[in-house]
Amino acid sequence: MRGAVSIESVRKTYGDVVALDRVSLEVRPGEFLTLLGPSGCGKTTLLRLLAGFETPDEGRLLISGKDVAGRPPYERPVNTVFQHYALFPHRTVAGNVAFGLEARGLTGASIAEKVARALETVRLAGLGDRRIDQLSGGQKQRVALARAVVLEPDVLLLDEPMAALDPKLRKEMQVEVKNLQERLGTTFLFVTHDQEEALVMADRIAVMSHGRIEQLERTEALYERPRTRFVADFLGVRNLVEATAAGVEGGLATLRTAGGLVFRAADDGGYREGAAVLVGIRSERVRMDGARDGDNTLPGTLDDEIYLGDRTDWRVRAGDVVFTVAETAAQVRNRRRGEPVMLSFPAAAVLRLEES
Amino acid sequence: MRARRQAVLLLLPCLAVLAGLFLLPQTLMLAASLWQRSPYGGLVREWTLANYARAVEPLYVWILLRSFWLAFLTTLLCLVAGWPVAYWLGLRVSPRFKNALLVLVILPFWTSFLVRLYAWIFLLRQEGLVNLGLGALGLPPLPLLYNDFAVMLGQVYGELPFMILPLYASIEKLDRSLLEAAADLGATPTRRLWRVTLPLTAPGMAAGCLLVFIPSLGAFLAPDLLGGGRTAYVGNLVQSQFAVARDMPFGAAVSFLLTLAVFALLWLFRRPLRAASEA
Repeated sequence: MRGAVSIESVRKTYGDVVALDRVSLEVRPGEFLTLLGPSGCGKTTLLRLLAGFETPDEGRLLISGKDVAGRPPYERPVNTVFQHYALFPHRTVAGNVAFGLEARGLTGASIAEKVARALETVRLAGLGDRRIDQLSGGQKQRVALARAVVLEPDVLLLDEPMAALDPKLRKEMQVEVKNLQERLGTTFLFVTHDQEEALVMADRIAVMSHGRIEQLERTEALYERPRTRFVADFLGVRNLVEATAAGVEGGLATLRTAGGLVFRAADDGGYREGAAVLVGIRSERVRMDGARDGDNTLPGTLDDEIYLGDRTDWRVRAGDVVFTVAETAAQVRNRRRGEPVMLSFPAAAVLRLEES
Repeated sequence: MRARRQAVLLLLPCLAVLAGLFLLPQTLMLAASLWQRSPYGGLVREWTLANYARAVEPLYVWILLRSFWLAFLTTLLCLVAGWPVAYWLGLRVSPRFKNALLVLVILPFWTSFLVRLYAWIFLLRQEGLVNLGLGALGLPPLPLLYNDFAVMLGQVYGELPFMILPLYASIEKLDRSLLEAAADLGATPTRRLWRVTLPLTAPGMAAGCLLVFIPSLGAFLAPDLLGGGRTAYVGNLVQSQFAVARDMPFGAAVSFLLTLAVFALLWLFRRPLRAASEA
């Protein structure tokens, strides 16, 4: 049970604002779970409730099987890596890492040993005497990690810890934090608004919106099969099409848009004949190189080109729908605006979405 | 080169004020302290060290020591009384009331200190409000005025805002996530206070202590009005030498020694003070 977290229909409001709307979530011991969502979705509130900085209005929180209601932050078996690190400016690097150990009543020699080992873990060996203002952003990040993991918490809470790093460093730290988590085997509960960061690091992702968990899934499964408009949109599914199910048979649903564009979707059992439906198609699943490997081929005209370096996004008008088609640099050919093209995509790439 | 000329220009008014209102009077004081007193209280321009010899006689050293003690106690009491107020204002009060409460801290400055000390006399004297209240409860009156207690009360009352304001400034900008981090890492509220909050607000404490200690050292209003003149402090000594005893050279010598003592203190505490000004 050590490292498990149970969140049982927890509600938290600030005045009229509902930050968390009866959220339930089970975190498994030793997993890397990411709370993903835009700002204001309640993800940070959830973390702060677990850390003990806030009290839920309703519901129960269990950490390692124990109800933590009424227990102050300093008595909880969790530690936090803060968004802006919150390192103590009046202490050295080693002094920061030692802070929690001192609070536990450990003495000189064993503190020094643990601090040295923790600094080694985050690749800061030998920097123990540095002042905090002498560190780079990445080093501060590592000190914040070392300060928390040295206490061997049951659960480590990370509140957008990469937000202040530049993109290149962020990518490095993502891999490093992921490796650290695998080595320690500690439960990591990681908050971010960056879907790419979530995909790189998490075992499971809980997508949050408006104080609710929209979808909780293994990372690959979530990416492959978003269930709602919000999740699809947040995970970068850029073709969202509203249509009506004209017919369902043989594992395929035939969909027709208001403007009369017809295409087929693999039936997941959720299509009802005559009912309105929202579907999503990832832009990289749509091809326009003429290879007729899809179940759907639609004629269109090229509207616009957006050059992004390693890939190019094309806007293609087909009937009343403007599709976004992504091509990698290797696939891209010279094309002119207004040129007729043939779009193709498999029925399995058409994902039925719920309106959230 | 241009930046340097600009810096000089910008500093000029300040330097002029310092030269005219500090350096010049201090030089005159130094000169006066080395001259002699004429029989009618004027100055005789003959050099002597007699005034300084008199100033270090045991009686006057004792008065100087008493003044240090008064200033030290005033500072300590202001710190103890002011810190919780500043903490509350800086971290606990809802932002809606914060400005109004800060105005309350500064409000006493709208009236002269002299007038406010007279108000204390009305409260503390034998037939004052406090003793009237005690009498109404059937209790005997307390000797509240014209003693060291009254002097201390007046001093702490007068200097408290000068402690609260710098303390508030340093507590208010304290990064709250540091307090959360301390709790998160297992520090109890007491431990957090000693290991995080106090060390991080030390610059504000140093500034506040200085702002209270130095004026208290030369205080003469509260000792004069609330101490009833029976309890002599160095401020009263200087004032009475100029105004009553008409012994300017001796008054100047004592006052100059006091200035030297302040500078010695500033030098002694230069390191924490630099930290305070950087923060």
